[in-house]
Amino acid sequence: MSVLVYAEHDNATLKGATLSTVAAAKEIGGDVVVLVAGSGCAAVGEEAAKVEGVSKVLVADNAAYENQLAENIADLVVELGKDYSHILASATTTGKNFLPRVAALLDVAQISEIITVVNENTFQRPIYAGNAIATVESTDAIKVITVRATGFDGVAAEGGSASVEAVDVAKDAGLSSFISAEIAKSDRPELTAADVIISGGRGMQNGDNFKILEAVADKLGAAMGASRAAVDAGFVPNDMQVGQTGKIVAPDLYIAVGISGAIQHLAGMKDSKVIVAINKDEEAPIFQVADYGLVADLFEAVPALEKLL
Amino acid sequence: MKVLVAVKRVVDANVNVRVNADNTGIDLNNVKMAMNPFCEIAVEEAVRLKEKGVATEIVVISMGKKDCQEQIRTALALGADRGILVETDEELQPLAVAKLLKAVVDEEKPEIIIFGKQAIDNDNSQTGQMLAALCGYSQAAFASEILIEDGKATVTREVDGGLQTLALNLPLVVTTDLRLNEPRYASLPNIMKAKKKPVDVKTPADLGVDAAPRLKTVKVEPPAERKAGVKVETVEELVDKLKNEAKVIS
Repeated sequence: MSVLVYAEHDNATLKGATLSTVAAAKEIGGDVVVLVAGSGCAAVGEEAAKVEGVSKVLVADNAAYENQLAENIADLVVELGKDYSHILASATTTGKNFLPRVAALLDVAQISEIITVVNENTFQRPIYAGNAIATVESTDAIKVITVRATGFDGVAAEGGSASVEAVDVAKDAGLSSFISAEIAKSDRPELTAADVIISGGRGMQNGDNFKILEAVADKLGAAMGASRAAVDAGFVPNDMQVGQTGKIVAPDLYIAVGISGAIQHLAGMKDSKVIVAINKDEEAPIFQVADYGLVADLFEAVPALEKLL
Repeated sequence: MKVLVAVKRVVDANVNVRVNADNTGIDLNNVKMAMNPFCEIAVEEAVRLKEKGVATEIVVISMGKKDCQEQIRTALALGADRGILVETDEELQPLAVAKLLKAVVDEEKPEIIIFGKQAIDNDNSQTGQMLAALCGYSQAAFASEILIEDGKATVTREVDGGLQTLALNLPLVVTTDLRLNEPRYASLPNIMKAKKKPVDVKTPADLGVDAAPRLKTVKVEPPAERKAGVKVETVEELVDKLKNEAKVIS
């Protein structure tokens, strides 16, 4: 048995989600091989070699892989993945994009967003926005799986000493090309990797008012999130959305401000260790999952909170 | 050009679902069903492409039990021209759906195939990408803007850190994200007209596809419940609890 883990990175650094995916791979068992596909990504390969529990790193460094185009990456992973019993990718927008292509080309099912490894063939995954947990068993020869990072504590980024091997496989399907990217630059931690998150909802009333959350985030070293309602209303950009169709997070502390708590939002954050809700509507469903609920006007409570921190 | 839109019948997004008594799935008795919300966005985008003069015909397809006709009729009322139902009482998993769609694509030869990015029942987010792979087509998953010009597509996608824009060859598979558009409601006259639009019914056997499931669902359980929390009266009390009880801030 051997597991191929597809590394999540930006050609410069390895993303934390990969550590959780390696943790899932270790639970499955067997050799863990990490594939770094990108362009000018040698440093990522070195970083991956230090990850705990990794036995080998494959680096496919080619211009065709620079922007993680699904068509090219899938062709590469299909070629390299045939000899493995499991192929794992993080359930990020990159993994969710190319991995179903891999599964279809290998003529196997994909098991999406697993949160538990029961055994090498059996896994648990949330369905219906996390309102049910399904245990599914695969009989396919190769198991193709995306891993939800919040389900697995990441392995240590340091301590390993895997060998690094260059892979000379160039796959350019010629079907798509990269034009541009608008990636938000922020000094704050990444939403999916943060220990503390403060999120705003429709109750924030407008985008400017998110400044009062920023002040709290600065003091706590927190990432900023939002409900779908706040994103749809145009208060904040889409990459801040937490929920069933946005990012799935599980920080130590999640502070929900002016968020009513639709099931789609709860699906994205209810595995947080401690949940705080600040909302003036005491009937808001968010209070049913909050460890600490404060029924108050957020425009008074949030500045007061900031002063006390 | 022809546009194919795939729609799924799912439990309505506003229903609080419950696991059934024998832990084999969700209790679907007397539960309101609807078109998957992301598929509504897919239908709307197809209709807009037709209104812009890019699309000449919109074919809507759904798969599953006979009741899926309802969602096909909804799409027809919104502006699709004709429907295809692949009818089966068996469970259809994403790979099987993609194979059935491939058979239909081979016959219909659409230039653009639009899906929702995921269905809110099984939250798989697989079928569109799988079809693109089986057909050898380009794909733009999680689209927030689609532009078709001179036989090429330019699509902006929602990615984890922000947005990514790609140039793509046709034929193309697109899966829709939330902010691609805001779907319209069907008007009563259009609902009436939709009843007369043609819907072709096929079976997996007609399409020559083995649609047997690959994954076995061993059991379905409710998630672990969170313990009910406490209400605090003041911000001071909240900070005190976070520091001294939960110990998540210092």
